Amino acid sequence: MNNFTKGIFSQNPSLKLLLGFCPTLAVTTSAINGLGMGLCTLGVLICSNVVISAVARFIQDNVRIPCYIVIIASFVTTTDLLLQAFLPDLHKALGIFIPLIVVNCLILGRAEAYANRNSVLNSLVDALGMGLGFTLVLTGLGIVREFLGSWSFFGISLNISNPITIFILPAGGFLTLGFVVALVNFITLKRKA
Amino acid sequence: MLSKILLIVISSIFINNVILSRFLGICPFIGVSKKLDTALGMGLSVSFVMTLATMICYLIQNLILAPLGIDFLQTLVFILVIASLVQMVEIILKKVSYTLYSSLGIYLPLITTNCAILGIAILAVSDPDYGFLESIVFSFSSSLGFILAILIFASLREKLESAPIARCFKNVPIAFITAGILALAFMGFSGLV
Repeated sequence: MNNFTKGIFSQNPSLKLLLGFCPTLAVTTSAINGLGMGLCTLGVLICSNVVISAVARFIQDNVRIPCYIVIIASFVTTTDLLLQAFLPDLHKALGIFIPLIVVNCLILGRAEAYANRNSVLNSLVDALGMGLGFTLVLTGLGIVREFLGSWSFFGISLNISNPITIFILPAGGFLTLGFVVALVNFITLKRKA
Repeated sequence: MLSKILLIVISSIFINNVILSRFLGICPFIGVSKKLDTALGMGLSVSFVMTLATMICYLIQNLILAPLGIDFLQTLVFILVIASLVQMVEIILKKVSYTLYSSLGIYLPLITTNCAILGIAILAVSDPDYGFLESIVFSFSSSLGFILAILIFASLREKLESAPIARCFKNVPIAFITAGILALAFMGFSGLV
């Protein structure tokens, strides 16, 4: 159980381990995109963690990184094609960031730090926790930025007043994430004290 | 022809800056920007790998993948090209400058998972307007944009070291907020072309 929750709270990949920032910032202009990206990453992470933990002992140590990358890239290509076929709108919105799941440090990081020395079942749980933690952060950031930047919630316009457009622009992404990480640090420091 | 090239150079250095507006390569941007000289080293190795990788990926795409109709292998093939290039740069750097090699430390193999490199390669190859020359110019000037952004950012962070900052904002959060303000400043270039 602890193995599962660590990815969501104490070792959250985006907020604590500080991995995988590029998609975190780039696609969170709306909640739907954040959720979609998070789920794609979750799917790839589960598949790659399971396969890598299963085959790790057959792979020579000095060629392990290229092997892991090939495994991850195959699952990313699969995801890319599946999205293109079934969710073309989301595929268009996420654009280049789908093939870039391959180079999300979160996935290779989990393969290197966890999956290659733990059992298949443990790796599956680890991937579920980490992936869900990542998805939660992306969706949360998406909700905040979409709300402030265009006054809407999951695409439903709330029509309050003039939107603060900066939050859906790149600069707003950096600012929002900065404040969220600071908030998490603040809570951690408070709980320690 | 010349004006087109100039347009690509200016737009990819300033307007669509690879870090501040495309959100590619955030991990090294935050990770290796505490000191000016390591930032420069990182910037130069990224620049070298990025230009070379785009060149090779362009040739592979147009001479091998497209004629055979196996475009869907793009992600997988490109990431393998990049991984082997990085390995090469690592070996060369180890021979030429050991100090630089040891100060870049863990981040050198991480160039493989720097999404700026795969991202720029995919962007250059998938743009129908770009021929071979344009792709090279595009990737080289994007990498100059990377160097520019990381150098400005590193000098700002050196100053931040000695500034009084609330504890929860130390390190990463304040770095993000600084990057946000920097992105805001770069938005001023958007009317340039």
